[in-house]
Amino acid sequence: MAETNGSAGNGSGTAGPEGNGGGKLAAVLAGAKEVKARATGELAETIKAPEKTDVWKSVLRVKHDETPRSRALGVLSNVFLHLHPAKINRDAVAYNYTWGMGGMTFYVYITLVFTGTLLMFYYHPSKVVAFRDILYLESDVPFGKLLRNMHRWGAHLMVIMVELHMFRVFLTGSYKKPREFNWVVGVLLLVLTLLLSFTGYLLPDDQLGFWAVTVGTNMARATPLLGHDGPFGPQLGMTPFNDVRFGLLGGSIVDSNALLRAYIWHCVAIPIIASLFMIVHFWRVRKDGGISGPSPIVLESEIKEPKKV
Amino acid sequence: MDLHQLWTIVSLPDNVPIVLLLFVVPFYTWYGMRQAFANDRLIEQLEANPEMAKTHHRKVQPWRPGWARDVHVWPYLLRIELLATIIVTIILMVWSITLNAPLEEPSNPTLTMNPSKAPWYFLGLQEMLVYFDPWIAGVIMPSLIIVGLMVVPYIDANPLGNGYYTFKQRKSAILTFIFGFIVLWVSMIVIGTLIRGPGWMWFWPGTTWDHNRLIFEINRDLPDIFGIHTRVPKIIFGAIVIGLYFVAAGIGMHKLITRTAFNRKIYSRMSVLQYATMQIFLIVMLALPLKILFRLMFRIKYIWVTPWFNI
Repeated sequence: MAETNGSAGNGSGTAGPEGNGGGKLAAVLAGAKEVKARATGELAETIKAPEKTDVWKSVLRVKHDETPRSRALGVLSNVFLHLHPAKINRDAVAYNYTWGMGGMTFYVYITLVFTGTLLMFYYHPSKVVAFRDILYLESDVPFGKLLRNMHRWGAHLMVIMVELHMFRVFLTGSYKKPREFNWVVGVLLLVLTLLLSFTGYLLPDDQLGFWAVTVGTNMARATPLLGHDGPFGPQLGMTPFNDVRFGLLGGSIVDSNALLRAYIWHCVAIPIIASLFMIVHFWRVRKDGGISGPSPIVLESEIKEPKKV
Repeated sequence: MDLHQLWTIVSLPDNVPIVLLLFVVPFYTWYGMRQAFANDRLIEQLEANPEMAKTHHRKVQPWRPGWARDVHVWPYLLRIELLATIIVTIILMVWSITLNAPLEEPSNPTLTMNPSKAPWYFLGLQEMLVYFDPWIAGVIMPSLIIVGLMVVPYIDANPLGNGYYTFKQRKSAILTFIFGFIVLWVSMIVIGTLIRGPGWMWFWPGTTWDHNRLIFEINRDLPDIFGIHTRVPKIIFGAIVIGLYFVAAGIGMHKLITRTAFNRKIYSRMSVLQYATMQIFLIVMLALPLKILFRLMFRIKYIWVTPWFNI
């Protein structure tokens, strides 16, 4: 700024005596000054109203004024927000009704997918190497320890949040008509959450995970009909080498096959299944009329007689 | 009082979620029930005053004429969601920076951990192994819990309390769920985590985990107490006892279901299939604490002994 000012001042002062050459310089300088002024103006306008720039418009596609219509469109025409309705029950936005547990569960799930994907870069699902990978992750990978901690605690947090979400939905009677089926989907998601957490438990291949999974899968050997220790299992020809536990572990003990299976269930299969159920879950929330309440109280005297078919 | 032992258990990284549960579950139970009781007071007012019922907006939340019933998602919900994600991220970050995920020795099939525990959310089921055989505790019970939860909306014939907290209008449903969730699920997890020590023995918080402790207790089978020692009579006897339990518990449950006038009204709305499903799940659920009591009070191991399975 100071430099331009200085040369401009110099130019105007010496233009007369020096003749033609000086006149050209003055014209260039005057042009530069005009360009500068325009640029400053444009910049100021851009900063003042960035939503009017072509770049901004190209990203957001539509105009955003502070009108109800544009607020509604802001949600409905946005690929990331279109899961929301345009408007919502005024009392439902208070924390005390929903506890925010469903949404926060989903957010933690996203965090887990993110940290989990990063962890996959440093992990080989095979015996001996797996445990070394964790040591390597904890000591040598930048932020590796933080990454693993976030994945571990995020998983625990997700289980707690899912259970509290179910508790809230029960207390508010939100599983009642017309949301019965979405409750069923929710129960399946709870089971999938537990399975996700359980399959991840084995992956560090340490004593903790190994024995937890040994204890857990030993249950499967007692499955009625399908386990070699279960009721009527031996009568049906079940042995440690062909029963349901063998299928889960890919062997008769928790070994390299079990590690690989846990890895694939944990990183590929269950996340895909859970994501599918989540899609259905969220979609049904909308289709069943949005969030369940807080809805007006119905009195006992107002119960309608059920329709007889 | 062995405070060091207590601290070792409580501060074990994987036990932190359970310590968290100890605070979070009572808090949210209180938080939900507080709103339920607030709504119940409003329900009583409205029932006593039909005029008020006609004009009232029927919520405890404030409302004035002229207020819109809905608000825009942008920004009223989205700003909360943004705030929630930020808070969750901060909690997760702080938790991850201050506490390291556990990593034990490399897995070693020849060296059994004692106690070897399942992940904490399955400890309720592992605790059940004390009282039931693995095929019940590990397979039948989880399946029944899952299916039982799934059928809840289809057997709950009570149309009230849809979309608001209430206790008055849904007493039996809420008490049943709290019994299942808090008494049978959460408290069993807490026991499995904080109390069960080496050999899955009971160590009160503050006592030292003694790896050499032995407990001499003789558990008997119910038929043996009645002097039945041969195979076929044992099978028949056990089947009769279980059958009698189902009948008695069914009658007791029926008495409970039809105890109050309101409950009878709901009962009259149920189909036979709904009623039968509800009965079966309630009877099985009740069997769980009963078997625990039987074991603890009379030292009874099995009630029904057969060559193929024991209950």
